Amino acid sequence: MSEVVLEISHLHKVYENAAVIEDLSLTVHKGEVIVIVGPSGCGKSTLLRCINALETFQGGEVTLHGESVSKKSKDLPGIRQKIGMVFQNYELFPHYTVLENIMLAPVKVQKRKKSDVREEALALLKRVGLDNKADSYPRQLSGGQKQRVAIVRALCMHPEVLLFDEVTAALDPEMVREVLEVILDLANQGRTMLVVTHEMQFARAIADRVVFLDEGGICEEGTPDSFFDNPKTDRAKRFLNTFTFERKNTVMR
Amino acid sequence: MPDLGLDVLLKGKNFERLLEGLGVSLKISLISILISIFFGILLGILRQRENAFLKFVMRLYLEVIRIMPQLVLLFIVYFGSSRSLGWNVSGETASVIVFSLWGAAEMSDLVRGALISIPLHQFESASALGLEKMRVYLFVILPQAVRRLIPPAINLVTRMIKTTGLVLMIGVVEVLKVSQQIIEANRMKSPNAAFGVYLTVLLLYFVVCWPISMLAGKLEKRWG
Repeated sequence: MSEVVLEISHLHKVYENAAVIEDLSLTVHKGEVIVIVGPSGCGKSTLLRCINALETFQGGEVTLHGESVSKKSKDLPGIRQKIGMVFQNYELFPHYTVLENIMLAPVKVQKRKKSDVREEALALLKRVGLDNKADSYPRQLSGGQKQRVAIVRALCMHPEVLLFDEVTAALDPEMVREVLEVILDLANQGRTMLVVTHEMQFARAIADRVVFLDEGGICEEGTPDSFFDNPKTDRAKRFLNTFTFERKNTVMR
Repeated sequence: MPDLGLDVLLKGKNFERLLEGLGVSLKISLISILISIFFGILLGILRQRENAFLKFVMRLYLEVIRIMPQLVLLFIVYFGSSRSLGWNVSGETASVIVFSLWGAAEMSDLVRGALISIPLHQFESASALGLEKMRVYLFVILPQAVRRLIPPAINLVTRMIKTTGLVLMIGVVEVLKVSQQIIEANRMKSPNAAFGVYLTVLLLYFVVCWPISMLAGKLEKRWG
């Protein structure tokens, strides 16, 4: 298999005396798309937040190309530049235009040339169909548009791995697709990604590997086909059952 | 038309003196406001720190300054310090010290309020982009906080300008003191001067404060 980008080993996180993540290990290879699914409160989002040290953790280690990622890392901002994250609620900066949102970190943090970044930002915006919104403010955009801008903002930093934290959960149904298509496009470009989602069909389409999280640990993992068609554990079966509906037809008299 | 005694202002250099007095008021206000803004922002940010001791000290400072009437503070700094501590501060300096202490305390509270109104997620998404703490504040948090801060801060500024009227009590010759002098000097010839002169003072304060309030309204609209 190709080179290891991200290594999570024996991660342990306690929150208010309850273990949120227990002894979780996961290796992510270059170009791999890992989809993390599981019931609410199973620690999916917390796991993603640990990966770029938005959360502290009590045990284990997260390394990106061998470099340790934690709140104590010496060059945490430097490491975070290599980890792109997109949040559920977009979290664009409301006082900047779309273009300013995207250009802020590349220009101020990475000290790249303004004109270069601008060119790249516009090209990426075009790719997600928003090149006409470059000078709009976030409040003028729909949820789906904001989320696409947030993705472009993360991409413009040239991250080595992208984290998506339930990026469609706050969207109206008709906007979900436009965002998922962008992520699918990224997967096709061979980007390394960790995606937390509740969209099971999307998970199946995009994943190289599905990781099913329950009660703070990896309960089951496998290829999308094997996970969705032949889940091995009862917990995974029960979880997947919550997405299927059957109507028992009774004849009304 | 009743005799308002406005003629007094036209005598000699009376109106000019009144404007000079206003100049003193504004000088004290302006210096105090600039100091207040600087320290207010600094202290407001410091109050965000999770340091129990720091929080306690800041809280104490804010409460003490708020509870004490500005006049008492002026007396303490001007009269009290000269006897007990041997400081020989001028009235104007004492005024600037008191108004800065007061303004910085109030401003720090406004800054803190504006800062905590910015959602935690803004910190997180900025950090996730690799911005260091300083830059997160500089480019993401402060610009948003300032927009929320402007209306209450301008309110504080006009309050400070208006309250400088108190400094006549420690012998600073500002606009109100000058009016008193003018009224006293013309007591015999224009006994009605008090109304006209103080009315003029009121107008002068209005002329100073109104544009500031207008500006606040405009900024609020633009950033709203």
